[in-house]
Amino acid sequence: MSRQARREAIEGYICISPWLVGFVMFVAGPILASLLLSLTYWDIGSAPRWVGLQNYVEIFTNDGDFLQALKVTLTYAVVTLPLHLVLGLALSLLLNLRLRGMNFYRTLFYIPAVLPIVAVTMLWIWIFNPEFGVINHLLSLVGIEGPTWFHSPRWALPGLMLLGLWGVGGGAVIYLAGLQNIPPHLYEAAEIDGANIWRRFWRITLPLLTPTLFFQLVLNLIATFQVFTQSYIATQGGPLQATFFYMLYIYNKAFGTLRMGYGSALAWILTLIILAVTLLVFRSSPHWVYYEAERRKEDA
Amino acid sequence: MNVDSPVTQGGGWLSQLRWNRRVRGRVVSFSAHFSMILLSLIFLIPMFWMLSTSLKSRAQTWLFPPEWIPNPVVWEHFPRIFEVAPVLLFFQNTMIIVFWNVLGQVFSTSLVAFGFARLRFPGRDVLFILLIATLMIPYQVTLIPTFILFKLFGWINTFLPLTVPAFTGSAFFIFLMRQYLMSLPFDLDDAARMDGCNTFQVLLFILLPLCIPPLVIVVVFTFIGVWNDFLGPLIYLNENTKYTIALGLNLLRGRNRTDYNVLMAASLLAVLPTLIVYFLAQNKLIGGIASVGLKG
Repeated sequence: MSRQARREAIEGYICISPWLVGFVMFVAGPILASLLLSLTYWDIGSAPRWVGLQNYVEIFTNDGDFLQALKVTLTYAVVTLPLHLVLGLALSLLLNLRLRGMNFYRTLFYIPAVLPIVAVTMLWIWIFNPEFGVINHLLSLVGIEGPTWFHSPRWALPGLMLLGLWGVGGGAVIYLAGLQNIPPHLYEAAEIDGANIWRRFWRITLPLLTPTLFFQLVLNLIATFQVFTQSYIATQGGPLQATFFYMLYIYNKAFGTLRMGYGSALAWILTLIILAVTLLVFRSSPHWVYYEAERRKEDA
Repeated sequence: MNVDSPVTQGGGWLSQLRWNRRVRGRVVSFSAHFSMILLSLIFLIPMFWMLSTSLKSRAQTWLFPPEWIPNPVVWEHFPRIFEVAPVLLFFQNTMIIVFWNVLGQVFSTSLVAFGFARLRFPGRDVLFILLIATLMIPYQVTLIPTFILFKLFGWINTFLPLTVPAFTGSAFFIFLMRQYLMSLPFDLDDAARMDGCNTFQVLLFILLPLCIPPLVIVVVFTFIGVWNDFLGPLIYLNENTKYTIALGLNLLRGRNRTDYNVLMAASLLAVLPTLIVYFLAQNKLIGGIASVGLKG
């Protein structure tokens, strides 16, 4: 290595050193530590005791809370992921129209995504108030007697889902960027060939948007498994554990009852689930994600 | 011009197409405006409800059917917030944490992204892939050990666990900044070096001034993210005097569970800074989110 190249390399390492330190201290180290911790019993007060796989055995064979937390989180994911995708896409199609005042709408729809989740949750607790809330008032206008929402084991989770959907504009902005990246000449050509708006959507818009959809799906997936604040504030996991999200369970175990080992095991299981589902999505992507560059390669 | 005139005269289908387009354009534009306004209501009504509740008298709050417009307008809930809890202190705490985070992120993001984008060193590409991979790691797996680490440092109930990590950068921002730096011509660096700049002067005086757009995103996202964070302060801060706004709101609710006037007034105050920052930066912000979204 020449003197100059060596100098550049040293400067390179200096530049990335903050991240390297962070990676070791806050990512790689903790991941390893958490794996080891998950094999111990530790309540912080005394020294950690090695228990092997006992935490995992207990979780899988004798832990109803674990099953409930998994069920709530998966239900939330299965219902809200497609909803966010479809509604976000629909909203972005609207936002992509050339219309006066569109910038205003874009700004407006993105707002819920930047508001503090605590304040948003407070607001929705009040909106969902069974007796004096806005939602039940609006429902009563069309002759429906609204449920008790966060006080009802049946409606608390759907309530949190609605709360989440209010932030659908966050995804829409990303789809919008994807839409605006589609070359307009494709639409013009299709229109001259007599393709109607529906056909143009299915044959041009959707295929060319699949990379963006894929990216959003992966991000949303990871975010969905981490829902915490809404349920912590609005319902504390209740009523009757109807909104007992997985992250809430980890928090309760680790920071409520100080069972750090057990909490780590729970966190690892969740991480593996997220990893598996993400991998599945990645694996499925060649079948439905369309990359323009690859297509060109095939054609050549 | 001469080229398309035979087409227009010959078939007339092109002008027909244009006319169809115009009529359809109008129908589409009308229905689009209509749906936009309808949708806006869904986003606006909750916000309006927060504002309206914060200005209503108690008597008017507990009515069914609810009344939308405060009558009379009552301001007393806002001063009440400050009596119920040391909200000014919460604001101050949050601002301190936000300040160090913004500073830390700007510093580390610039430096690390510069290293990855502009300098050659062995293992660079592998390390960059590693950095991208960390984007996929869910935070709960590192949460408990990180807590224990900070406990060993004796940092619990200080702001340090909430500020120090910012100085090691975040993968998302580094990625964003690196992509941006890659798009700037290398001639800039070469010219500056010929004029006698060293590596860090190239970054500081030549490249950083050109990186305002991604830096705005780093600053705004950090501000909003830290201002809104709940879990971090919840775990690390356990004395009221150290609380942030997010924790303070929750505390307020614990003390006055049903006083929605005060709760909504306080929520409004908590929302306001992020709203202001968002409006100041919204053009750059939405463009920035978009550019990241595309990279997927």
